[in-house]
Amino acid sequence: MPFIPHTESDVKDMLAAIGASDIETLFDEIPDKLRMGKLTGVPDGMNEQEVTRLMMERAEQDGRPLCFMGAGAYDHHIPAAVWEITTRGEFYSAYTPYQAEASQGTLQLIYEFQTMMTGLTGLDVSNASLYDGASGLAEAVLMAVRGNRKSKSGRILVPTTVHPEYRKTTHTIVKNQDIELVELPYCPEGGNTLVDSLAEYEGQDIAALVIQHPNFFGILEDVDVLTDWAHAQGALVIAIANPTSMALLKPPGRWGEKGADIACGEGQPLGVPMMAGGPYFGYMCCKQALVRQMPGRIVGRTIDRDEREGFTLTLQAREQHIRRSKATSNICTNQGLLVTAATIYMSLLGAEGLRRVAQACHENTRKLVSALTANDCVEPVFNRPYFHETPLRLSVPVEGVARSLHAHNILPGYLMAQAYPELGDALLVCATETRTDADIETYASHLNRTIDAQTKAGCPVKPKMA
Amino acid sequence: MLIFEQSHPGRRALAQAPHQPAETPDIPDELLREEPPLLPAASEMQVVRHYTRLSQKNFSIDTQFYPLGSCTMKYNPRACNRLAMLPGFLARHPLAPVSMGQGFLACMYELQEMLKHVTGMPAVSLSPAAGAQGEFTGVAMIRAYHDANGDTARNEILVPDAAHGTNPATAVMCGYKVHEIPTDRNGDVDMEALREAVGPHTAGIMLTNPSTLGVFERRIEEIAGIIHEAGGLLYYDGANLNAILGKVRPGDMGFDVIHMNLHKTFSTPHGGGGPGAGPVGVSKRLEPFLPVPVVGFDGDEYYWITEDVRPQSIGRLSAFMGNAGVLMRAYIYARMLGSEGMHRVADYATLNANYLMARLTDAGFDLAFPGRRATHEFIVTLKRQQKELGITAMDFAKRLLDYNFHAPTTYFPLLVPECLLIEPTETETKEELDGFVEAMIRIQQEAENSPELLKEAPHTQPVRRLDEVRAAKQLDLAWSPAAE
Repeated sequence: MPFIPHTESDVKDMLAAIGASDIETLFDEIPDKLRMGKLTGVPDGMNEQEVTRLMMERAEQDGRPLCFMGAGAYDHHIPAAVWEITTRGEFYSAYTPYQAEASQGTLQLIYEFQTMMTGLTGLDVSNASLYDGASGLAEAVLMAVRGNRKSKSGRILVPTTVHPEYRKTTHTIVKNQDIELVELPYCPEGGNTLVDSLAEYEGQDIAALVIQHPNFFGILEDVDVLTDWAHAQGALVIAIANPTSMALLKPPGRWGEKGADIACGEGQPLGVPMMAGGPYFGYMCCKQALVRQMPGRIVGRTIDRDEREGFTLTLQAREQHIRRSKATSNICTNQGLLVTAATIYMSLLGAEGLRRVAQACHENTRKLVSALTANDCVEPVFNRPYFHETPLRLSVPVEGVARSLHAHNILPGYLMAQAYPELGDALLVCATETRTDADIETYASHLNRTIDAQTKAGCPVKPKMA
Repeated sequence: MLIFEQSHPGRRALAQAPHQPAETPDIPDELLREEPPLLPAASEMQVVRHYTRLSQKNFSIDTQFYPLGSCTMKYNPRACNRLAMLPGFLARHPLAPVSMGQGFLACMYELQEMLKHVTGMPAVSLSPAAGAQGEFTGVAMIRAYHDANGDTARNEILVPDAAHGTNPATAVMCGYKVHEIPTDRNGDVDMEALREAVGPHTAGIMLTNPSTLGVFERRIEEIAGIIHEAGGLLYYDGANLNAILGKVRPGDMGFDVIHMNLHKTFSTPHGGGGPGAGPVGVSKRLEPFLPVPVVGFDGDEYYWITEDVRPQSIGRLSAFMGNAGVLMRAYIYARMLGSEGMHRVADYATLNANYLMARLTDAGFDLAFPGRRATHEFIVTLKRQQKELGITAMDFAKRLLDYNFHAPTTYFPLLVPECLLIEPTETETKEELDGFVEAMIRIQQEAENSPELLKEAPHTQPVRRLDEVRAAKQLDLAWSPAAE
């Protein structure tokens, strides 16, 4: 019982105060036949030294591959201060800030986070976060259906350029609520969503159009044209945007004439380690008019009885603990600790730092594309501008190449055929600011050797252009 | 002062970004951002100092007793954090192949196995990101099960009136109507009302046991019989699993699906509001509907079980596998406890709760359900104080902050007037509990002699009571330089 402080005499005194002969007596309301015997299937306990040994071995076993994979999770530099402060006990072991006076630290931090997210997205308000980007899209879809009072259809247009797992997650979460998710095709040459493909929905009742920009392929969408088209149809626009990209690219709030109505996405690039997929956080921002439709916790600034500034959870009448079956969502938890990390991250980077990170990622990915496509067996899949990741097609079977690179402790990218079989032997590659020229060279040389080995004649390597 | 108010244009944490800006000539001008976003402009030390100071304005388990009912605020071992954040785990890309993640997957698989044993459920999925998502998963599986059987007339979920708000909200998200079942005066489900409510339209019932009233539902087997006989399924809300860990298993009580709050029972941090992790366990008949991915093991290698082999799965709940880092902390905690340690969790959580209940009763406080055992928590009602002295549960709660104790849960469950739901957890010492009782006694005396001390509390916190009406009416959700 490693964390139980009771001495024998404590137990004796406490039982005497209760008037019970032993601890077992305290369970006398549980019917005997339901009581379990000894817990088998759980090993004996370990002390800290033993469990440390075990976990070190397991962590080392997994190596630390050179990562050229993006596809929704990105290997960015995280300043040391971010997690040093985030894991201070006062943030780490605090509960949801329902007792506002004893939680001003967390509450002010969330208010600052909300401010930063509205700054990044160019929208009016932000919530205190959702579970992750994918479930955030599901919540955005539900919110758009509630918020678009002109629309009765519950119909949402979702381009296939939206992250495939986001589309699946959204389907899981909204499928029992009379919502129709209609998939839109992408341009096979450009990798973007074609405005022409929207023509057949002209004049129909559409609740919202989803636009991921940069899209899953890294390709930049025609955000202005798509946004204006949706608004002309009476549809809302749900933007999904990578937060790093927003330091460089026009933010959702400035798309088209009126701007996107809701922005959501994965917050992981803002100081959260990749950690096998979570915990991350979903951010969500929207226009002021939609604030009462927003799911999740929201912090507001107000005053106390001495008219001093203070912070508190607000608009709680939207939430499940007040509205129960009529709440905007069943969500309760936000991803508080990750929001703490992201807020410190954004404070350390600032607008200029984050823009430089975005630029460096993009520059590195361009170098990577140039180094890899120097091999004649490798070429870009799409011909449109991208941001910090893009798919490359191989003229040899990609699985074998990937396996061989894994053996050299390189993560070569995301195999596109998993979700887009029509793209064949393509890899979605990404090089963040943490990759060096030498890293890129390592990848390129191993790729060349692997391709050489696979093609008996070998593909000739063009001379390097840059 | 906000971080923005400490900003100076041009100031940066220079060590934290690339030395030079890079060119992006291939991105069309019309897609570039025109104005930089509003973010702080501060030095590294300013940022460190600001957020360190903010942290000091919080109550937390590491600094205060935090007897928040239904939240299980037990000690979060530091080792769990340190070891979950080993570089090898942090660097794992979620889509990296299983061959490069056997160490990580072994932990996840073993966690699944341990959770099966402690809940008595034959199959587990770790993917739900939090309690409410675990609830959603549970009810979505119940629906998928009925749909797969062509049993589509079932359109109603039963929820006791004492339930967490997430229960009815979840049922609605899964397309169900909610039927509330009243509680009898001993804190148990009203059996007569239950029998009347059950029928061919019943999809299932969502129950917490021990209930949110802090008592064990003694007729759980009878309830299970009634629901099952009608063709419905039983969903177990694992919010109070800490009370029965190693004592009784939801699977043995007749439940078909359970979610666990690892941020409660398995001591992962609450983090100021998350992240959580809400794994689900199911009976055999629901296994095909479990959310993906699930970790499999063929005796040689750990691998992902996905939609391909689970075509009836309700699907995915997040982009990747769920809150892996939280699951890792829970795994480390479970390994440190081991079998014997898990048995003792409920023992000492229950001992602490019953001790605190006995001492507060001796001190003259009223219980919502006198004559019942406390489980890991219990309810004090201040209805009498409210009537006689005009002092509310909120006043008591705020005054406790001045005594350096976090307040218990107030005004939940909704059906007990002026209630304090008190959960001490197993990791608190007797001295800490005694200190809390002393504070409650003194506050009671203050309520009688100088009630304004309570009405005006807290007096010692960074702010006094906040104007929540103003917060909701004059919405101020983001700072802007123009408004200052």
